[in-house]
Amino acid sequence: MPTALPRLSDDRLRPLAAAYATSLAAARTRIWIGAGGIVALVLVSGWFAEVDLVRMFGRIGTFTDYIGRIFVFDNGDNVGRFVLVAPGEWMWGLAHWSKLILETLLIAYSGTILGAIGGFVLSFMSARNLGRAPLMRGGVKRLLEICRTVPELVFALVFVIAFGLGALPGVLAIAIHTTGALGKLFAEVVENIDMKPVEGTTAAGGSWWQTVRFAVVPQVLSNFASYTLLRFEINVRGASVMGFVGAGGIGQDLIEAIRKFYYADVSAILVLIILTVMVIDLGTERLRHRFIAREAHA
Amino acid sequence: MSVVVQTAGHPDGPISNTRRVRSALGPAARAARPDLERQYPEIFAGSRRDRLTTIGVVVGLVGLFAFALWRLDFSFARIGSGLVQLAHFTTLMLPPSSGTVARFWLFLNSLGETLAIAFLGTLAAATFAFPFGFLAAKNVVPQPLVHFFTRRGLDTIRGVDTLIWALIWINVVGLGPFAGILAIMCSDFGAFGKLFSEAIESVDGKPIEGVVSTGGSRLAQIRFAILPQILPVIAGQVLYYFESNTRSATIIGIVGAGGIGLWLTEAIRTLEWQQVSLLVLMILVAVAAIDQISARIRFAIIGDRRLDL
Repeated sequence: MPTALPRLSDDRLRPLAAAYATSLAAARTRIWIGAGGIVALVLVSGWFAEVDLVRMFGRIGTFTDYIGRIFVFDNGDNVGRFVLVAPGEWMWGLAHWSKLILETLLIAYSGTILGAIGGFVLSFMSARNLGRAPLMRGGVKRLLEICRTVPELVFALVFVIAFGLGALPGVLAIAIHTTGALGKLFAEVVENIDMKPVEGTTAAGGSWWQTVRFAVVPQVLSNFASYTLLRFEINVRGASVMGFVGAGGIGQDLIEAIRKFYYADVSAILVLIILTVMVIDLGTERLRHRFIAREAHA
Repeated sequence: MSVVVQTAGHPDGPISNTRRVRSALGPAARAARPDLERQYPEIFAGSRRDRLTTIGVVVGLVGLFAFALWRLDFSFARIGSGLVQLAHFTTLMLPPSSGTVARFWLFLNSLGETLAIAFLGTLAAATFAFPFGFLAAKNVVPQPLVHFFTRRGLDTIRGVDTLIWALIWINVVGLGPFAGILAIMCSDFGAFGKLFSEAIESVDGKPIEGVVSTGGSRLAQIRFAILPQILPVIAGQVLYYFESNTRSATIIGIVGAGGIGLWLTEAIRTLEWQQVSLLVLMILVAVAAIDQISARIRFAIIGDRRLDL
């Protein structure tokens, strides 16, 4: 059944329409100002970063060339043919590379474990709702900030000088960076807990450690596990380039292949890295869904 | 039974504001436990199984960790001597200094370059990823094959680290910050494509039905029903990535792709520790400033909502 909407008379409608038009115009001006600001920023940073589009489009062929070239043999019996023609020759170093990939995964794993332990301990000290002294909280927060702002490769560079070449500096660099990143995320989780169990243990006379153990940890554990898995995923990627500065893993062979123009090797190693990362991503995603489902269920 | 004395707890700090008196409840509960265990065996059996799983998982994790340490040749002697070295380096870092004033201006200039790399890289990645986000969203392109291949393509791009992209782009545009922009653009393109498509898939379907009911075309549906819902989310994600990219842009200088990383690597390699500490300090300040600004903008756009990254 059609219903008639009451229509306002024109003289009552006019001020409303005018007000609508002004607010619309104001919104439009805001958008134009924002867009102008972004364009100005783009121009300034483009000038700063020496963007040269002409040169780029002039040489864009090099990029596609490079991508095409790494998938073609450049010596041996199959010169000039697509790598998949002779997968055995393409993956000639598979045994060696798999060992390095395993090393990369172990670097990521041990770095994640050490970092998660560090973040776990520090997060309770920096959470606002667990009543630690403000001075200590502030100190821990700054420490975490430094740990996660300084890139892991910078730590790795310094550690390579201090500890010598090898996987050890890589693990420590990832551990420190992970401590900073996870410490912040964990602290946010702790700050969002339900405070009733905390009041319960406090009322029963629990100490600070007991309160954390029995009232806080059971609430946050599944979230912590999920964040740690996510971090492991990121760290696998990070560990794959640790070798660039001599801190172990597959990165060393990759940068050598790129620098020495062993084109087919570059693609072989890249494919191995991408496959590893994908498998790890899928695995951790599945595990994380299980943690989240369990949390929703509880 | 002793009395538990408790002052009124402040919601933010109930632990510290409480006077603790040992309660007699604990021993009493422990004494009652055997009885309870007999009475409700099924409840205790459940907790025992949980405990066994927990122990199994912990043993597995620790075992793998021990294997990793063995495999990666960890030695405590090396860690010890390394720590001594690190302590020595730390004393050499103080006070932070650039040596000459001219060098300080060079550092500042390359810090600006780093920020420019992060900004342009993020913006370019977002621009290019925008259409691909729609292509990879199930509810816009209901074509399983297209969906599958776009997603896997984006995953492949995401699987390659920024530094590797930087090495590849250096071959194309030469050494310098432009290669850094392109590297950040490539690695973030994959991440943005995935995030955008997830945002698009989680939109409310009612506005789309509304547009369809008035005879709107496919394009009109996207423009008037989907876009208004996803824009704030996307803006938040882009800002967040800008923040994290200012961090990653500081390292791509290591392979020669511009920015402050070049100076940092140089200073570390030549053991100029005072310059190292100054450069790290500059990075910390710049990143903190960017964090503040972008957090404020993000708050203005989407309010205090947690980002689903």
